[in-house]
Amino acid sequence: MKRTLITLKDLSIRADGRTILEHVNATVSEGEIVTIVGPNGSGKSTLLRAMIGAALPAHGTVKQAKNLRIGYVPQKLALDAALPMTVQRFLSLPRRVSARDAITALDHAGVPDLRNRQMTKLSGGQFQRVLLARALLEKPQLLLLDEATQGLDQPGAAAFYQRIEQVRHDLGCAIVMVSHDLHVVMAASDRVLCLNGHICCEGSPRSVADAPEYRALFGSGTKGTMALYQHQHSHSHDHDHGSTLSQEKAD
Amino acid sequence: MLDDFMVRAALAGVGVAIAAAPLGCFVVWRRMAYLGEATAHASVLGIALALAFSLPILPAIIVAALTMGLTVTLLRGKGFAMDTLLGVIAHTALAAGLVSVALLSDVRLDLDAFLFGDILAVAKTDLVTIWVGGALILAVMVQRWSALLVSTLNPDLAYASGIDPKREELWLTLAMALAVAVAIKVVGILLIAALLVIPAAAARSLVRTPEAMAVCAAILGSLAALGGLAGAYMADTPAGPSIVCAAALVFLVTGVSGPYLYRN
Repeated sequence: MKRTLITLKDLSIRADGRTILEHVNATVSEGEIVTIVGPNGSGKSTLLRAMIGAALPAHGTVKQAKNLRIGYVPQKLALDAALPMTVQRFLSLPRRVSARDAITALDHAGVPDLRNRQMTKLSGGQFQRVLLARALLEKPQLLLLDEATQGLDQPGAAAFYQRIEQVRHDLGCAIVMVSHDLHVVMAASDRVLCLNGHICCEGSPRSVADAPEYRALFGSGTKGTMALYQHQHSHSHDHDHGSTLSQEKAD
Repeated sequence: MLDDFMVRAALAGVGVAIAAAPLGCFVVWRRMAYLGEATAHASVLGIALALAFSLPILPAIIVAALTMGLTVTLLRGKGFAMDTLLGVIAHTALAAGLVSVALLSDVRLDLDAFLFGDILAVAKTDLVTIWVGGALILAVMVQRWSALLVSTLNPDLAYASGIDPKREELWLTLAMALAVAVAIKVVGILLIAALLVIPAAAARSLVRTPEAMAVCAAILGSLAALGGLAGAYMADTPAGPSIVCAAALVFLVTGVSGPYLYRN
């Protein structure tokens, strides 16, 4: 029996008089990859923030396993130009890491040689990888990724997810991610939560993609996404990943 | 040596500059310049309160500043238009304080000394206040440094690491109230915020890490304090404003030359 890392029980969250999440029950267990999908404003980020204790429940509870080490990669991190920060210093927050550990972490994240650069001078992709490197330095049992590939191009995103897969393999940590890249994500996850203020449906990627609630939210085009993905799996032709239209054609 | 008023003034100026440096960095990073202003202005209310009830002035100032800091910190999270609100609160506190002091007209009080500082009249007891208060501020900043940095970068990153950014913010508020009490004698209520912001801003273009910025701000602030004092002595100008002018000059020099000296 795998250990449960986080338990959400009948969780409701309100902000500014608006209900963002309602009656959410979910658990995350050791080593599994859970993906949260849902339309804009469906409470995906809030759910992650509730898991780390940043969003307070109006009702219900969030329970973390004892001494749970969490690595968190936020959706975006706006670094104020007034704050000087080298990559090495950033990796040492809040706990100091040795130069050797920092070099190894950056190597693993695929961005060696950045150690002495200023954070504000990094490109979007480099920044995202440094964030990941920092999260991994905490040796997390649970890695939370909030739209971690935002701002990356398709090859960049694909490389990022490959790296995530490798991380799970190496560290054996559980991963909870929010993503828009439906086809990539669906393929990589053990379990999918489909969210729209509440949990509409959940289960294996295939069963969720077939669920009427999911299709009501994303339309039949996403069924096409699955098909596209499966198609993509055996071939490596060029695809127009961004366009729903071509995905529907592929359906 | 401490019998020379210029030596006492120099020690007071340097003490405040060092204590204000790391705090000033956070004021710059977190864009809380106005919070510093509001906290400082609230101390006039503290002075009025002390006069009305014959309380010792220093604790009254700390309490008033702390109350203001906590009020503002609480309001910050509630989605108000903070810029406007702080503008209202800061100046109301100052005006209400000045009116209250005037109403207590039977008391003779040199309000100018509080508003503009009176560094040349720093006594040995004031020096003790400044250096003990300064040491307390530094102790808080050193102790909370990492947690405060993470909270400043991104509150959610802090939560994920088991740090409560709201609690860290309270430490900052406390340090700010202490800084006001410590700095009043040196630059006065009206210019305290300047002493927090300007050395930190001047240090920015010269450094690559947060720690270096704090150290650099302390050095530049001390230089400004000594330079301002020397200038005031020679030109017979008010000492507090002269110190702030010297800091502004340092800011100009590093701001213009910094990007050429160091390419970060």
